[in-house]
Amino acid sequence: MKIHKYKQCDLNVVIDVNSGAIHIVDDIVYDILDFVDDNQVNEEIIIKGLGFKYSKEAINEGIKEIKTLIEEKMLFTDDPYKEMIANDKSKSFIKAMCLNIAHDCNLRCKYCFADEGDYHGTKQLMSFEVGKKAIDFVIKNSGPRKNIEVDLFGGEPLMNFEVVKQIMEYAKEEGKIHNKNIRFTITTNATLLNDENMEYINENMGNVVLSIDGRKSVTDKIRVRRDGSGIHDIILPKIKKMVSMRNEGKQYYVRGTFTRENLDFYEDVMALAEEGFKEISIEPVVLDDDHPLSLRKEDLGVIFEQYDKLTEEMIKREKQGRGFKFYHFNIDLNGGPCVYKRISGCGAGHEYVAVTPEGDIYPCHQFVGKEEFKLGTVFQGEIDKELENQFKNGHIYNKPKCMDCWARFYCSGGCQANNYNFNKDIHIPYEVGCEMMKKRVECAIVLKAKLMEE
Amino acid sequence: MKHIRTINSGALKASINKPGCKECANSCQSACKTSATVANLACENK
Repeated sequence: MKIHKYKQCDLNVVIDVNSGAIHIVDDIVYDILDFVDDNQVNEEIIIKGLGFKYSKEAINEGIKEIKTLIEEKMLFTDDPYKEMIANDKSKSFIKAMCLNIAHDCNLRCKYCFADEGDYHGTKQLMSFEVGKKAIDFVIKNSGPRKNIEVDLFGGEPLMNFEVVKQIMEYAKEEGKIHNKNIRFTITTNATLLNDENMEYINENMGNVVLSIDGRKSVTDKIRVRRDGSGIHDIILPKIKKMVSMRNEGKQYYVRGTFTRENLDFYEDVMALAEEGFKEISIEPVVLDDDHPLSLRKEDLGVIFEQYDKLTEEMIKREKQGRGFKFYHFNIDLNGGPCVYKRISGCGAGHEYVAVTPEGDIYPCHQFVGKEEFKLGTVFQGEIDKELENQFKNGHIYNKPKCMDCWARFYCSGGCQANNYNFNKDIHIPYEVGCEMMKKRVECAIVLKAKLMEE
Repeated sequence: MKHIRTINSGALKASINKPGCKECANSCQSACKTSATVANLACENK
């Protein structure tokens, strides 16, 4: 597939998959492209097919412009990257790490992939000793990479906040010694935020991810305490306070998850926007089809309508000067990461790892507890090379379905864990996820294109 | 052009000339974190 075209918000969008070029075209060119196979332009067939709709003169003009773009390698271009990755024998370095600070949680969210925080194992908190070894491990294995990311994750990491602080202070010192720029992110359910830890978080974390599902009715139904009671009214003021402390250059995300219970998640995004949050993410839940909250193929129509509605509302608000960012629509059309990154996938298992409270290393937090994916331990100081290579080679060129997909350079092959969980193979994408991803990329492009019109 | 307005002339292809330093942030797509499409990321080597 060399081009992808679609209509949205009165725009006809054409994406040239391999060059990344994006064109807004009129109806004539949009229709002509149905008759262009690869880069073969046959005027006679086009005029025969569209003569009833457009004048011969207009069709010829359209064809001429299409041919110009083909010549300028902005339409129907070939993939020039495949050889590049096939010949890439460079070593991978670990530059990102998820530290599972607590395999325990004070909530019982109904969609939790981590099985109430313990990842199907025993409830346990990470010790400073393990955290220290994990920092040593990532610094040692980061080779020439200067930027290292450490995610403080759980379960609920604030259940083990003293150790969070100890690990961070250690990491800051070691970062200086080894000339590494270590960036910290904490993901929290916000229940345990207080003045003291908020101040520390604000001071030390590059990013803070705060979980709330949107409307009170949704959050209180899904994100519940052990006794089943809701938490919305407890966490909202805390999240607001934390966000108010984040000044320029200090990131935050107010994030939630949508499920089958709230397929109308547009309302949840709006509820968060109405609270004044400017950085919002509401993401699709990933659960097996037989789970009552799972998203299924038959839900896609409603989900797409929500994304469409959100796109339109965001365009409107941005023009009115009261816009907000929706994480999945943040695409930098003229920049973003280079092609080397786009074809190398998420990095799980070879650039990114997760560490459990016991010090076990897995390709990412989603693989934790799956013994066959255990890469090693922080005490050993290195990881299983064979498994690492499997993940390194789990890129789009080894995923046949991705090679037929126009969105491959926007998505880079999907989530390896989702692929494995649904298809028992990291190379076979999770289909429902693919469909949503493609829809979001379409919306993100239209959002940018509409705002460029101004 | 009369019928076509190009809003991106091929930043992806142009990026082949970048060094591929791999210093950019990790991109995780799973729903428990802020699941990023890789295209969300910022380049560290502009």
